[in-house]
Amino acid sequence: MDVKEIIARRIALELRSGNLVNLGIGLPTAVASYVPHGVDVFFQAENGLIGMQPLPDPGFADENLSDPGGSFVGAVPGACSFDSCMSFGLIRGGHLDVTVLGGLEVDERGLLANWMVPGKMVPGMGGAMDLVTGSRRVIVAMMHTAKGRPKILRKCTLPLTSTRPVNLIVTELAVLEPTPDGMLLKEVAPGLSAKDVAAATDARLVIPTEIPTMRLTP
Amino acid sequence: MHKGIALTEAVEQISDGSTLMIGGFMGIGSPHRLIGELVRQNRKELTVIANDTARPGFAIGRLIDAKLVRTLVVSHIGTNPETQRQMIAGEITVDLVPQGTLAERIRAAGYGLGGVLTPTGVGTLVAEGAQSVEVAGRTFLLALPIAADFALVGAHRADYSGNLSYALTARNFNPIMAMAATTVVAEAAEIVPIGVMPPDDVITPGSVVDYLIEREIVNGR
Repeated sequence: MDVKEIIARRIALELRSGNLVNLGIGLPTAVASYVPHGVDVFFQAENGLIGMQPLPDPGFADENLSDPGGSFVGAVPGACSFDSCMSFGLIRGGHLDVTVLGGLEVDERGLLANWMVPGKMVPGMGGAMDLVTGSRRVIVAMMHTAKGRPKILRKCTLPLTSTRPVNLIVTELAVLEPTPDGMLLKEVAPGLSAKDVAAATDARLVIPTEIPTMRLTP
Repeated sequence: MHKGIALTEAVEQISDGSTLMIGGFMGIGSPHRLIGELVRQNRKELTVIANDTARPGFAIGRLIDAKLVRTLVVSHIGTNPETQRQMIAGEITVDLVPQGTLAERIRAAGYGLGGVLTPTGVGTLVAEGAQSVEVAGRTFLLALPIAADFALVGAHRADYSGNLSYALTARNFNPIMAMAATTVVAEAAEIVPIGVMPPDDVITPGSVVDYLIEREIVNGR
């Protein structure tokens, strides 16, 4: 299984029927493909839609209906559209159940950096700061390391996205949860040990005696 | 009141150095004819307030390609490498604002508010230079109103009086910007006679719209 599919499949299991969910651009978008049967969620797009779904055919694109990345999408029956103030009112006002975002770095307290690398890459924060600050639950979907270097650190070196800690981090190696005592190792990927995860992590891990294997199916 | 204006005439009113709000999100819902005419008339040194700069060759990206923008106030430029290049080369100043804060700053200007308190950005680079305010034990940042000389609005439907409605995700910043500029110029995909739009369908009241770009008849005379 592709490593990104592992991450997307595991995060999809976190979603519950009735959830309003925002998926970031890139890796988080893949989560939509693995929502278990019987779990009905609505996907919010911060450009002004609840009820986003993929297009059945590129030929059916509507020039007025896209995802936040500008790619054309469809809408489910029961979808609704709104302006940017309403969209961010939903996000900031605590009406969004789950947001899934990519990450450049996460520290052991769960603080996320994902919007700029000073002097190198300044894409801007877009909706990320509002999403991390306002969503009820924040899940980070990212590769565990970048070019062999850990991305889960004792302290972030890059500018923070928010001072609100994320709730869960899912990588191709592990599922981790920031706690007051440190970064709790909750699950490890099939075939890996806690030692493997620790070797790829800079943050101090809280390692229980029994660690379940990462679930990938309901 | 007759709001119709020719495309060329509308853009002739916009002088070099103007501050423009331009609707659209990754170009979806942007006023594409107005943008094209800004390029044709070479309106320079512009300050553009918008969600993003789309991508090269498309929507606000066309203004970037033509080097008509001096200052940008946007939430992200990650999809337009040319904007990033001009920023790194020092040819363009980019003020990055969290998307929800940008929407509220524009709304504050249009709704007559002195600012908005938001939790977004507290403790980050965004908080530098911003005033912090404590309310009931929580910290917020004061987001100040941001207004413009012109709002260039992309609508789905307009009537002759300037009432506007929008389609799907093409709505985005358009109705908020239509409240926040000295002069509001709307471009609509469809223009219908007064009375055709049910009152409940009108999102932007024609009262705030100064000009409506006239149709371009391609076939016939």
